[in-house]
Amino acid sequence: MTKKLLKTWQKPSITPHQMGTLNKFGRPVSGDYVEKIDGVAVSDLLREYGSPLFVISEKRLRDNIRQMKRAFESRYQPVIHAWSYKTNYLNAVCATLHQEGSWAEVVSAFEYEKARALGVPAERILFNGPHKKRAILERCVTEGARIHIDNLDELYLLDTIAREFDKVTSVTLRLNFDTGYTEDWSRFGFNLGSGAALDAAIRIGNSSHLKLRGLHSHIGTFILDPRAYQVQVEKMCGFMELIEQQTHALIDSIDIGGGFASQNALQGSYLPTEQVVPTMSQYADTICGTLLKMTAQREAQGKPRLKLILESGRAVVDDSEVLISSVVAGKRLPDGRASYVMDAGVNLLFTAFWYNHKVKHTRPLQGIPEETVLYGPLCMNIDIIRQSILLPPLSVGDSLVLSPAGAYNNTQWMQFIEYRPAIVMVHENSLVSVVRRAEKLEDLNGFESLPTHLNGQFKFAE
Amino acid sequence: MSEHPLNNFLSLYSDSLKRLALNDSGFVFDPMTGQSFTVNPCGLELLKLMQKQKDVELINHQILAEFDITAEILERDFLEFSEQLRRYLK
Amino acid sequence: MKTASKKVHQLTVAITGMNARADNPGPGVAVARCLREVAKFEGKIIGLGYDVLDPGLFQTELTDAGYLLPYPSAGEHELLERLQYIQEQEQIDILIPCLDAEILSMIHLQDQIAELGITMLLPSEAQLQLRNKDRLHQFASSADVKTPKQTTITSSSFFYDCEKKGWSYPLVVKGQFYDAGIAHNPEQAVGLFHKIAAVWGMPILVQKLIEGDEVNLTGLGDGKGNLLGAVMMRKRAVTEKGKAWAGMTVHDEGLLQAAQKLVAALKWSGPLEVEMMRDKHGDYYLIEINPRFPAWIYLAKASGNNLPWTLLEMLQQQPLSKLTAPVAGTLFIRYAQEVIVSLADFEAMTMTGERAVELL
Repeated sequence: MTKKLLKTWQKPSITPHQMGTLNKFGRPVSGDYVEKIDGVAVSDLLREYGSPLFVISEKRLRDNIRQMKRAFESRYQPVIHAWSYKTNYLNAVCATLHQEGSWAEVVSAFEYEKARALGVPAERILFNGPHKKRAILERCVTEGARIHIDNLDELYLLDTIAREFDKVTSVTLRLNFDTGYTEDWSRFGFNLGSGAALDAAIRIGNSSHLKLRGLHSHIGTFILDPRAYQVQVEKMCGFMELIEQQTHALIDSIDIGGGFASQNALQGSYLPTEQVVPTMSQYADTICGTLLKMTAQREAQGKPRLKLILESGRAVVDDSEVLISSVVAGKRLPDGRASYVMDAGVNLLFTAFWYNHKVKHTRPLQGIPEETVLYGPLCMNIDIIRQSILLPPLSVGDSLVLSPAGAYNNTQWMQFIEYRPAIVMVHENSLVSVVRRAEKLEDLNGFESLPTHLNGQFKFAE
Repeated sequence: MSEHPLNNFLSLYSDSLKRLALNDSGFVFDPMTGQSFTVNPCGLELLKLMQKQKDVELINHQILAEFDITAEILERDFLEFSEQLRRYLK
Repeated sequence: MKTASKKVHQLTVAITGMNARADNPGPGVAVARCLREVAKFEGKIIGLGYDVLDPGLFQTELTDAGYLLPYPSAGEHELLERLQYIQEQEQIDILIPCLDAEILSMIHLQDQIAELGITMLLPSEAQLQLRNKDRLHQFASSADVKTPKQTTITSSSFFYDCEKKGWSYPLVVKGQFYDAGIAHNPEQAVGLFHKIAAVWGMPILVQKLIEGDEVNLTGLGDGKGNLLGAVMMRKRAVTEKGKAWAGMTVHDEGLLQAAQKLVAALKWSGPLEVEMMRDKHGDYYLIEINPRFPAWIYLAKASGNNLPWTLLEMLQQQPLSKLTAPVAGTLFIRYAQEVIVSLADFEAMTMTGERAVELL
């Protein structure tokens, strides 16, 4: 007996045409889906490690850093990349980048200790940021890490420590200034225009134990106009000339920070990402070209060739990691839009506050794409992954791949309401390692201790 | 036992549902309000049946015979679809 | 090449910018009209729009078929896929992009679009960028053309002490892509700064306001530095959005010379519109160079230079029809008219994004 072939069911839906906003040819439709990540099936990953799940591609991470170094080293040498720990300080990510030659750029005692524990020598660590207490500064001075001085109090404290330990300490001065292209990040470092930076350089010049060897500035984040870096390099090199004349300083490195944009879509951005985000070559062209021009005379003057230090984080790691999340429930909103409750929200994808992440399904989906809201699992009104996206109807259990997720999510995520899930890394041979296991109740309760008299004897109301 | 919630909807909205012009492309036009809609194929199937039938059991029977779907999921999706229609056919 | 052998009057030409809201129309419908009114033209015109309510998509007297394109923000890949599909239906020879926001995508996709058999006359990406709002003053001064004094800022504190630095109100506050407003005092300026920065991002451009007459010029750059077929127009009445609803051809030597200098310096290739202000001293200030035909392009045709037609001749490497120096004093007055659309056509555009050529 032949059984009648049944047709596939899709959730029925009807969408009114709103004039002036009507164009369903505007977005990719159902054909575009991700079945595998570096050769490993998404469904296998979810079966093995559960949902939600962060997945890192080791190959992509290595490709990214190599490509960036090629872009810069083909135009200028020597170039040092210092991995910005705060962007993603998973040991597996840091170790991969250290294997590729990157130094560590840390901004707290915690990050410093993490880098040292991973096996990074102190002299390959750049210590940045506004918060450095005496204990960690003492450790840095003893071990020989390069400290980027942020403020006067730090300068005087460091001078005292260097004298107490009688250790000549090379330091870098952090600068801030207006490039004309970016918001002035005047809260970090010493201002150029006000003369504060020059005062600090002279004060270091007068110290018996501090040697000013480096200049650093970080002009902002997600910088879309490479000309901002041109102004930055010009200003830093101009300042270098000035202080080398006025003090005994001999600068050995220019650290331009990070801020290169990734292929993520800032909310409210009008043009497509590929048109606004410069290529690594465009950044490198501007930065290296300006640096070569500004330092053309140095060798003739018998000065060492400057190291160019990059602290790029987002552009290296962002697109090497994705978050896979599954549909828990679907709900039709009173205004007619489709909505889904996902098992990952802003607790895990913290960057969803600022970026419209790409969303791809993991199997071909039938049906007409319609305006959809993706909610996270939190019992909080702000927990929204995508405010508006065209998606075909989804069913409970369907999974979505959210990308890029490598920058700032595994560091800024919150253990709020939910456990944090596992993070796996897919290696170049398609083998998979758990690089951070999912949290369990014991992990979180392990931090706590319950005073004896609060243990039990609960008197619940009837 | 109370009435199936969808039977209530079907009798209340019978006239509104009947006036809709349905096209196989998924284009739906309401001649009374001048509003047009896009409906997906399963939604279209349900609308066609609703224009002929006021009894939810008969509609369910037809759908279950034709589609790869359980009665439970159909009921859930049909309920949600009727909420959408209630909103647009007011 | 397939198109080179084809006669100009037999071409299939696709034109974007079929939007035509009365207060701010796109140029596409006017470009289509310029071509359609050439008596010997027997080719097809394909209208490309971004919204179901773009009237040019339905104007059967102007366009033989209409298709929707994905919004520029959807990305270049989506645009190319859509063009591939349309090309399978229509065998387009020439595409005339008419909207600012799509020009960069078209430049990026030019080779792939050419592989489909579609040619365009576009500037290079470098030429296009020289005329970006935030670089225009640099480029213009290198071409010896004045621009209003301009600076880029990233903090609204500028507006409180700018008078000490030689600025005076009123000032023009502009976004790097779009949007601009006039501020008469620091409070208004700060308000505009935040409003524009929220939508278009940093930096913000500040310009000295030039008071005087706005004069516009359209023409074609031949890519070698020559400006062909220039037609000049002064706005006589504007809509609430500052767009012309009446304008008159003029002959303004100062405007013409400035435009020639700009085209020569850019070696511009393709259609363009130069917008300038002439102040009370008779000095000319460049406001904008648009990389496309203007919405008033039909005035050029009516006063003797059918520039869209000349563009087709250039692309087909045919001898150009004679271009003239248009007589000053031809007036245009824009008016609104209803385009009637059947439910079937509306349904087709809504459901499939196209109104295909009807087979007879």
